[in-house]
Formats: sequence, structure tokens, C-alpha cells
Amino acid sequence: MIHYLIDPFMDFVFMRRALVGCLALSLSAPPIGVFLMLRRMSLMGDAMSHAILPGAAIGYLLAGLSLFAMSLGGFAAGIAVALLAGLVARSTVLREDASLAAFYLCSLALGVLIVSVRGNSIDLLHVLFGTVLALDDHAILLIGAIATVSTAALAIIYRPLVLECFDPQFLRSVSRWSSPTHFIFLVLVVMNLIGGFQALGTLMVVGIMLLPAITARFWAQDISGLVVVSVLAAFVASLIGLLLSYYANVPTSPAIILMAGVFYLLSMLVGWQGGLLWQLMPRKHLEA
Amino acid sequence: MTRRLLLALGLILAALLAVPQGASADDKMKVAASFSILGDMVKQVGGDRVDVVTFVGPNGDAHVYEPTPADAKALSESKILFINGLGLEGWMTRLENSSGFKGKVVTASTGVNPRKMVEDEKTITDPHAWQSLANGKIYAANIRDALIAADPAGKATYEANAKKFIDGMTAMEANVKAAVAKMPPERRKIITTHDAFGYFGSAYGMEFIAPEGVSTESEASAQDVAKIITQIKKEHIPAVFLENVTDSRLLDQIASETGAKIGGTLYSDALSAPDGPAGNYLDMFRNNIDTLSTALSS
Repeated sequence: MIHYLIDPFMDFVFMRRALVGCLALSLSAPPIGVFLMLRRMSLMGDAMSHAILPGAAIGYLLAGLSLFAMSLGGFAAGIAVALLAGLVARSTVLREDASLAAFYLCSLALGVLIVSVRGNSIDLLHVLFGTVLALDDHAILLIGAIATVSTAALAIIYRPLVLECFDPQFLRSVSRWSSPTHFIFLVLVVMNLIGGFQALGTLMVVGIMLLPAITARFWAQDISGLVVVSVLAAFVASLIGLLLSYYANVPTSPAIILMAGVFYLLSMLVGWQGGLLWQLMPRKHLEA
Repeated sequence: MTRRLLLALGLILAALLAVPQGASADDKMKVAASFSILGDMVKQVGGDRVDVVTFVGPNGDAHVYEPTPADAKALSESKILFINGLGLEGWMTRLENSSGFKGKVVTASTGVNPRKMVEDEKTITDPHAWQSLANGKIYAANIRDALIAADPAGKATYEANAKKFIDGMTAMEANVKAAVAKMPPERRKIITTHDAFGYFGSAYGMEFIAPEGVSTESEASAQDVAKIITQIKKEHIPAVFLENVTDSRLLDQIASETGAKIGGTLYSDALSAPDGPAGNYLDMFRNNIDTLSTALSS
């Protein structure tokens, strides 16, 4: 029985590489997703993943399918959109959500325009879909490096970040780390999106960031618990997704994200922290 | 005062627009072709008597093309639209409808015996019929007949051009068959990125295996890739070939895992740029067979 789980990885190099890439992604993206969820910025992750498209498109047009160019371009575009959105929110009547929506939509349209005018449509699809089955050495190194930097940075800014999630006014009153923390966090979000889109494509990368974090909400009560459960959920979803792609002949990225989705639905039903089934059971009344 | 000014401006504008646009004195007949290979064939047969506009250009993907407004405009001005048919151009119906095209639609592959492919229990028609030179001759004949029907005055020119073109194909066919004969029989199989060479393979006796299925729209699954790698290792397939319309990363991964050589670029669904190695239909065959021979004859 166990050999069904192990054989694909023993027999094929590309499966091992895909697993390593997914493991690295599962270590770095879900903790970021946990904080996005806690700060009620979940949809922002999706918006940012679309915002990086014109940067990646420009990088592609200038240098072909070069990892460095596309990553750098995507990173620049993502940071630019995040900063501009914040700036507009601070200086006009618009709030963060409206200004971010405006910028990311413009960014997305610009990206599609650039690729359609200069590239051909197949390239756009590849930027969107990515290929976890074709991670070359550079891609794995990039994802690994991002995982390392991201985890380290998250550890360093952990305390101000937590405080910023729950009581930003207090943080601003006792420390000048509020703005830098917010900025560093945004950089980490964009960085993880870049790493993820090489493997899973811009459509799916937010899935690996948010779905495990949202799933973890039903199992853990404190932040460290959330982080641990989300990383585990992401990794198991990747593993099962890869196996499904191997045995059931389905495309890999959607398989991984759908597994994460299945975990989410199951957790919503039976998770210890507020799962629906537990809510249906009669609870003890408070007694005087 | 302002109202009168606006009224005057409006009347001048209307007057300008009402002046009939002088018809451009161009004796070339405007025709349209769906993609670069077909466009080249139409140019070869039509010669100087036709002005061909091609939608999916060199190195473009005809399976997933998105037409632009410029395409719709060019189509509305054309007398004939040449398409491949056999399910290649899924986007063509919408373009025809939206451009208000009133000319004749000619399916170049009429009369071709189509190959069927089985893809995950679905039987679909393989649209890449032009990859066999015998079919290419049928295409050329269809194009010639359509051009003569629309422009009877040019009959002699079209027949002469078509004959020259078809003779070129006959010569190339002999070339291809000779080159394949030189390859050792057990080496006549290759891996390439999408299933575009079915007709080439069955016409000239080679086997083409691909990780993605017929169209470039689908994403590979781990099982597909694993099957290809197993097959390469088992049958000692010597080379993998890149195509000019698909992403090479997956193929690189397969090549590095199996130790197969990366054999060069094959042109499947599109020509290269005009000054490139496969700028026209016959050059495409020349480039493909040379690339295959170099990698497989040794």
C-alpha cells in the first residue's frame, strides 16, 4: 500500500523535483497567508497576484522565459502597485480596498495588453498556468531562497506584525516600527507570489497561500498553531495533488489547489475550533 | 453663438463623412488566410495577383489565437478567406460573424483524408494535415481552384504557379523519403512538444510522441509526463525536439531526466520569420527533415 505513495517519487526525477518545490512553497507561503487572513487582507493576495502580471510580462518580452527577468519584473510591479495603493489611500478619500482594486485592475489589463501586442497567446497561458512538473534548477533555487528569506524575515518581524494585526493604533503609539513592518510584510507577500507563480502559475499561487491558512483556522487557536497547521495542510495537499496527477491523469496545479479546497471543506465540517458538526451537537449549559 | 458654432462644425463633419471614399486603385485581389503556413501557400499559388493577409503570424499558435479588430477589418475587405478546417481554428466563426465577412470561405483541407486521434476516450480529428506533402498538393489544388473561380482572368498564372509549387513538393517529398530511409529503423521515433506531426509520421514512417495531446491549450498531467519518460527509457528514443510554438521547459526536464538529446527546433504549426530557417512551406519541410536527420542518423 505504502509503495503506491512512494513509487512515483522513487521512479521519476521530475516528481521528486516537483515535491521539493512544493515543500519549499508550503513552508513559506502559508504563514504569510495566515497573517493575510488575520489582517482581513485575504482578497488582497489575489489582487496582488494579478498585479504582478505586467511586470512578469515585460520581463518576458525583454528577456524571454528568463526566470530572473520575469521574477524581477513581477516583483517590481507588485511592490509598485502595493505602494501606490497605500499612498493613494493615505492621501485621498479612497480607502485601501478601493485604491488597491483600481491599481491591480489597471495593472492586469496592462499586462494582458503587453503580452498580446508583443508576445503570442501561448506565452500568456504559460505565465498564468506555470508548470510544477518542469521546475529546473534555477526555479528550485529561487523558491528555496524565497522560503528561507521569507521564514527568517517573518521570524524577525513576528512581534510587531502580530501587534499590527490586532491593535495597530497601540503599535503606532509605542513604536516606530508600524510602517516598516507593514512594508516588509507586503514585500514578503509579493516575494512569495513570485516564487509561487513559477511553479503553480499566477492563477493558483494564491491558493497555496490562503487555502491552508483558512483551513488552519478550524484547528488551532493561537498564531503558532495556525502557522504549523497551515504548513502541514499545504504540504499534504501538494503531496496528494501530485499523486492524483500521477494516478488519475489530471493537471497538477489544479489538483493541488483542489485538494487544499477539499481539506478546507472537511475542516469546516469537523474542525475542533468551530466546525459545523460540533456546533450541531448540544453543548453544556452554564450552571450557576 | 456657441450653439451655432457647434452646429456648423457638425455639418462640416457630416459633409466630410458623406464624401464617398475613393476606391483605391489596386489590381491585386485581397484574400485572407488563417495562419502563416496557409498564407504562404496562398502566396505561392496566387503570386503577384493576390494580396494576402495572414492572421496568426510566424511562430504564432493557431490553436489559441485571439483575433484583433485589425484582423476583423482586414477580413471584411477580403474576397476569399482560406482556412485549414479540421477543427484547427476554433476562433474563426466568431471572427467571420463579427467582421461581417461577405466573401467566400474556402477550406483548404477539402478532400484530405483526415487522421483520427484518440485522446482520453475522445476521438478527435487531427488538424495538422499540411504536414504531409501529399496533402499539401491537395491544399494547393484547392487554393488554385478557388482563386480561379474568383478571378478567372488570372487562370493561366494560377495554374502555372500551382504547378511549380506542386513540382517543388514532389521534389521535397523525394528528399524527405530518402532522408528517412537513411535513418536506422529503430531510431525513427522522437519526442516533441505537441502532437502536431501525426500526418508527417504516418506519411513518411516515423513515430512522434508528445506530452501534451493535440492542442496546445491543455496542461500536462504527471501521468502523461511519466508515461513519456518511461517510453523514452524503454525504447531508447534518441532525441527530443523543441517546437517553435510551445514552451521548452517541460521538454528540457524530460530530456535531462532521460538523457535524450535536445535535437533542435521543428516547425509545426507556424513558419519562422521570413528570413528564418523555415520562412515558407517548402523550407519548413527542409528544415524539419534536416534537423531530424542530423539527430537521428548518427
